[in-house]
Amino acid sequence: MLNVSQISKTFNPGTVNEKRAIDSLSLRLAPGDFVTIIGSNGAGKSTLFNAVCGDFLTDTGSILLNGQDITFMPAFQRARHIGRLFQDPMRGSAPGMTIEENLALAAGSGGWLSHVSQRDKKRFRDRLALLDMGLEDRMKQPVGLLSGGQRQALTLLMATMNPPWLLLLDEHTAALDPGTAEKVLKLTREVVEEHKITTMMITHNMNQALELGNRTLMMDAGRIVLDVQGAERKSMTVSDLLKRFKAKVGEDLDNDRILLS
Amino acid sequence: MDPSALLAVGQTALELGLICSLTVLALFLSYSMLNVCDLSTDGCFTLGAVVGAVAAAAGHPLLSIPAAMLAGVCSGFVTALLQTKMGIDSLLAGIIVNTGLYSVNVAVMSGSALVNLNKKDTVFTMVKDLLAETPLAGQQNTVVAAIAVLLTVGFLTLFLNTRLGLAIRATGNNPDMVRSSSINPVFTTIVGLCVANAFTGLSGCLMAQSQKQAEINIGSGMVTIALASLLIGATLMGRGTILVRAVGMVVGAFIFRLVYAIALRLEMPGFMLKLVSSVIVALAIALPYLKQQWPIIYRRLSYKQAAARRGES
Repeated sequence: MLNVSQISKTFNPGTVNEKRAIDSLSLRLAPGDFVTIIGSNGAGKSTLFNAVCGDFLTDTGSILLNGQDITFMPAFQRARHIGRLFQDPMRGSAPGMTIEENLALAAGSGGWLSHVSQRDKKRFRDRLALLDMGLEDRMKQPVGLLSGGQRQALTLLMATMNPPWLLLLDEHTAALDPGTAEKVLKLTREVVEEHKITTMMITHNMNQALELGNRTLMMDAGRIVLDVQGAERKSMTVSDLLKRFKAKVGEDLDNDRILLS
Repeated sequence: MDPSALLAVGQTALELGLICSLTVLALFLSYSMLNVCDLSTDGCFTLGAVVGAVAAAAGHPLLSIPAAMLAGVCSGFVTALLQTKMGIDSLLAGIIVNTGLYSVNVAVMSGSALVNLNKKDTVFTMVKDLLAETPLAGQQNTVVAAIAVLLTVGFLTLFLNTRLGLAIRATGNNPDMVRSSSINPVFTTIVGLCVANAFTGLSGCLMAQSQKQAEINIGSGMVTIALASLLIGATLMGRGTILVRAVGMVVGAFIFRLVYAIALRLEMPGFMLKLVSSVIVALAIALPYLKQQWPIIYRRLSYKQAAARRGES
């Protein structure tokens, strides 16, 4: 499905601010994989996502998605097959436009000069009703009036309107209150299972990292330092995970707190 | 001021307001929707005026309209290219194009600074003949401008609700979202600025033909006037559907011209007019802000008064 091979990225090369954000990283995902990614701040988790999405071009290596070489493909073309959610719920939808207009953009059906069809409107309504947030009756309201949780749920709907090949979740529930986060997470699970979408999810919650999905990666200094799946992962506890991380990185973690929170 | 003079003021304001509202609608697309302050507006307005005037002077008044709009599209395309493909800041791109257009405009007029349309056929004189026997006789300027405005408002309302229109609005509304979506912001910016500048060109074309001349300074200060009209319109009718907001732009242009025309009637010396328009523009932009600030100022004043009263007792 996704085949990242030997990519590196250095920001501000040749200056005092030089930062090797991704260091010869390789990663291969099987179709239908649900991978959780953990690691302290600055480990390169989001940078990996940005590289896959094409926010910048990598210095070395190649990225293949479903057999297609996307190493030099512009971001907007990759976005046709890659859905993405950010931590900030405000990033995923246009506040000045109505719910319906946002969904119409995400659905992207019809020609450039076509208007939203009645069939599409009905489809949007049905999908919104699944969120169980009453949004289906507010389709003509600007998205700016929605709460953070509602907007994130809407963004999830938009990102999966046309099921993507790959879904990237960058701590997409971290800015929500526990109740709403739970709900958005449940929706995420349902959507991913329904369409068998290959998914990567960044989280700082170690329990969540082991509980969700079928594979867990741990990143540090731009590399993948731990990759567990199958039986090994099933029997793993949070403290095991931390022990393994310490052993791999070879130094004491002074940021356990960040990882456990 | 006697009633007939007042009527004349209203008449002039309506005619100029309608013609200028095309530029305001252009900015509605580029500024309000795409969030690009297009400073090439002055030059593009003049470009439309001179291209249209040259076409009309050559005996093709009908051709002048598509010619002026096409010239506007080209100008918008260059502005868009500079800011999307060459990494030039959008304000700077507009200023650069505006400067360059001065030479282009003089070149279009074959090196002169003026094209005279006296005794030439214009779109207005053509319509004048058509209206000769109807109740609207003599109102050709207003009628032509009104038709152009109606068509433009109609077009924008339809266009901004198409998939392309939605993509253009999203580009201006949330660049973050667009950057991570399958919308190509380069494409939407180019299309948006091309369409917007087509209307600016049309506006200039009609202005030149209604004044029976195009001169190199016809568009100077246009961007300020249009922005002021846009802000007046947005304050009055800034919420609701695209149709309501577009109509608000036309209303804003009319109100601005009305205030301007009244200032003209106050018999002030000619050189004061630029100052008058600056004051009007500054007020139009400041009023919505001051309106927003007023409750806070009021609360602070009454708070201080209450504190003073407590101090006395």
